Amino acid sequence: MAIRTEPVTVNLGPQHPSTHGVFRLRVTFDGEVVLDVEPVFGYLHRGTEKLAEERTYVQVVTLTDRLDYVSAMTNNLAYVRAVEKLAGIEVPERAKYLRVISSELQRIASHLIATGFLLQELGAFATPLMYCFRERERILELFEMLCGARITVSYMRPGGVLQDAPEDFWPALDELVKAMPQYIEELEGLITSNEIVLARTKDVGVLTAEKAINASVTGPMLRATGVQWDLRKADPHEVYDRVEFDVPIGAIGDTYDRYLVRVQEMRQSLRIIEQCVKQIPKGDIRSRTAYFIRPPVGDAYGAVESPKGELGFYLVSDGGIAPYRCKIRSPSFINLTVLRDLLAGWKMADLIIIFGSTDIVLGEVDR
Amino acid sequence: MEGQAVKAGFDFLGIYGFFDGLMPESLDWLAFLVAGFILAFAIINALVVSTAVYTWFERRALGKFQSRLGPNRWGPFGLLQPIADVVKFMSKEDTVPDGADRQVFTLAPIVFVATGFLVFALIPLGSNDWLSRLNIGLVFIIAVTSVNTLAIFMAGWSSRNKYAMFGAMRGVAMLISYEVPMALAIAAVALASQSLSTYTVVTNQEVPFMLVMPLAFFIFVAAASAEMSRTPFDLIESESELGSGYHTEYSGMKFALFQLAEFMAPIIVSCIVATLFLSGWRGWGPIPGQVWFILKALVVLCALLWFRATWPRLRVDQIMEFAWKGLFPLSLLNLFAVATEIQLLRDPVTGALTDSDMWAMAAINWAITGIVFLAVSRMFARKQLQRPLPKPSPLANMGAEAE
Amino acid sequence: MYGAGMAKGLLVTMKNFVKPDRMFTVQYPDRKVSPTELAKMSGVGVFTFMRKNPKTAFKAMTGQMTVPARLKQHPRFRGEEFTWYEQRCTGCASCAKYCPLGIIRIVTSPSGEQVQEGQKYHLDVFDIDIGRCMFCGLCVEACPYDALHMGSGFEEGKYRRKDLVVTVDRLKSQPKHPSTWFRPQIQGKEGYHPHGEKDVTWQEAGRHEQPSRKHQEEKWAKR
Repeated sequence: MAIRTEPVTVNLGPQHPSTHGVFRLRVTFDGEVVLDVEPVFGYLHRGTEKLAEERTYVQVVTLTDRLDYVSAMTNNLAYVRAVEKLAGIEVPERAKYLRVISSELQRIASHLIATGFLLQELGAFATPLMYCFRERERILELFEMLCGARITVSYMRPGGVLQDAPEDFWPALDELVKAMPQYIEELEGLITSNEIVLARTKDVGVLTAEKAINASVTGPMLRATGVQWDLRKADPHEVYDRVEFDVPIGAIGDTYDRYLVRVQEMRQSLRIIEQCVKQIPKGDIRSRTAYFIRPPVGDAYGAVESPKGELGFYLVSDGGIAPYRCKIRSPSFINLTVLRDLLAGWKMADLIIIFGSTDIVLGEVDR
Repeated sequence: MEGQAVKAGFDFLGIYGFFDGLMPESLDWLAFLVAGFILAFAIINALVVSTAVYTWFERRALGKFQSRLGPNRWGPFGLLQPIADVVKFMSKEDTVPDGADRQVFTLAPIVFVATGFLVFALIPLGSNDWLSRLNIGLVFIIAVTSVNTLAIFMAGWSSRNKYAMFGAMRGVAMLISYEVPMALAIAAVALASQSLSTYTVVTNQEVPFMLVMPLAFFIFVAAASAEMSRTPFDLIESESELGSGYHTEYSGMKFALFQLAEFMAPIIVSCIVATLFLSGWRGWGPIPGQVWFILKALVVLCALLWFRATWPRLRVDQIMEFAWKGLFPLSLLNLFAVATEIQLLRDPVTGALTDSDMWAMAAINWAITGIVFLAVSRMFARKQLQRPLPKPSPLANMGAEAE
Repeated sequence: MYGAGMAKGLLVTMKNFVKPDRMFTVQYPDRKVSPTELAKMSGVGVFTFMRKNPKTAFKAMTGQMTVPARLKQHPRFRGEEFTWYEQRCTGCASCAKYCPLGIIRIVTSPSGEQVQEGQKYHLDVFDIDIGRCMFCGLCVEACPYDALHMGSGFEEGKYRRKDLVVTVDRLKSQPKHPSTWFRPQIQGKEGYHPHGEKDVTWQEAGRHEQPSRKHQEEKWAKR
């Protein structure tokens, strides 16, 4: 006699240790195997797009900090670029370099978090996570020197950056750039060749290049599938066309590739920072702009390669001091569209790590 | 070799004899009861206190592994932290979820803790300490540790929670699978020591069995860390997947009991490993046997802690695969090798094994272990470590566009 | 070799275990000290210290001695408080206008006395509701007279929401330890740190050079 079985539906989240915030997955399991996944989100919806319509162009910068709260610098950069396109503001050279340095530091910090939490979800009892946080801490200290805050930086302004780096910033940055490669090496020694990690992540959650492009997935998730697409190369903003760096890609697009791409990107970011420190000129850090910017009627789309993918701001101006409409193309949200294809058929433990390797931040998903 | 004569130490017979001498003949039963109570009291308190100290130790050591401090506020170096934890647990509300099976729900943590105490009673801490002369000690250990499975299933099933049920189901599957290689590894020990009593296992262990049969040692440590569900086998309560597995719904003192049992498990396992494979209380010089025993157990404890701090967790099917396709054949091989060696090497008349026999066995077993590990790594490493080189996809290639 | 990666990981964790110099726990608001550290603090040798204060030394050896600790902050750290100079403030309400959340409330009356140059408004009400503030610092950035500065403290926890409103009286009575965030003129000073004892006077806090008394008199005489 066959034993009657039936699929069981489980709510993973909104309170769950590995949903990166308040994300809910309604998962149908057949035993341990995932049959169907239905993502439910909106628990962290704060209406940033609507709030932006009632703030002046400068004030919106403070809202963008809170979108992807582990990489505030790139959020600022994306928004500020949109405003500069809209209003036709020129940016001084030094400010461009400062922007690139800070956003590359932020990329390292964000990738460290992604890697640490992936390992935490793999079940390594907080050790890799703590190491990642330890290195991130040093980057946050640099941010504190730059702009007085560690997470919600509000560092960039339309037309430049808020203030120049203090004198003690440059030696500290040098020290970090020198020390960081061996920290990354250490982290890799802990993870990359570990057989348990390999057994867990290799060939798990494979995303093909076609599917990724069809779902407009961007960022490390896309590059892990082998598609060499990076806005820093494809549409070089700020000074990315003046520095040399590679775009690391993955072999088959599994969870392990996503991890590897992130680690290699950290190294490339360090390369970029090194070159920027050498090239940075002296001069103004902010062009003279009115505090209440009144851009001409029109629209503009500014996008940067944020640690999670293409982060874009689409602004429409009606000639007033506040944007008429602000649309945020958040990479975390769009990378989630392939979630069901990725997860179906895998086991529960795989679900957690595949979901973790997509590296979403709920502030950005729900906006 | 120490005398086989039963010395009246701090064990059941000693205490019983003491009280029996004090009381008249007709009150024998009372002396029996009192002795039993005293022994139970001693065992439970020794274990609970050492578990409390161990929780502090584990948290401090994990903190150091993770380059942070760990608990350091309460008392000297945070030593009073376990007491603070217990006070917190006791002051928490004891909730039972709606629709839970109350009796089973309450019983589960008790069953879970009791098994630990039962096993601990068998550990010979010194040459004449405690109940260790139970003549079927090894069988008892195997039997009692499998009651754990029941407790986990009781907890998971009775709390009417899907996560708890997941944890319980995983737990039952895993624990039962790992019973087999563990029992086979213990069987090899029993063969070599020619006894089932933990006491005799130590007295016959002239050469530590870890050296004699490294494969059995490896199998036992792996299986035991699965039995107590520690990394890399902690999928029963894998907190990143299941919240906290079978004890998701527990709070207050019941949860404290689960925690107690969980932290007790490494202590008990390291005690068993020290007894079975590291020659228990035996040592050199004037240092008393108890100290040797504790030192050996501590080394095993630290190693388990080290593994926990470093490695991630395996997936459920990989764990089952490891048990049935990896450890099970290996333990059979080990048992077969040990049995054959004993048959060939032992004295044909008395059946005794000398030290040189043991060393010969050790040499053969190390060779077997080396060959097995090389073969396994040949088989798996090629499959697992090789990856195709990354090749840019032609779909959206920036470099291709430029060319 | 199979298992080599796992062994490598073990080595990494062991290296971190035996090398405590990369410990990154920050102890706050007080930290544990060793007898050596205590001796160094009081400026005597370890043994002298232990002989003189056996009780304290014993406490420190058992890890029970704490000293108050402040977090290592950059002078630019923008904390959860504000420093305000009434001598510099003209009551223009730029800060209130630029606040993204509209949480600064200013009521002025034209009765202020001459402090710097000419007449000035008197501030009757200057409330900053830091319960809703996100400490972005736009108000500080907007202040044309450098009257408002960020502070460096962050211990503003209160039991009632209404206690979170920083009033003009509190702003006046607070010690003046502004952060150097967006105020490079304070940063330029030799060794200034908000954690220090020294107050920053209202003359020092401005970004422009102070006109001398003579200069002012001449200027007003010309009119």
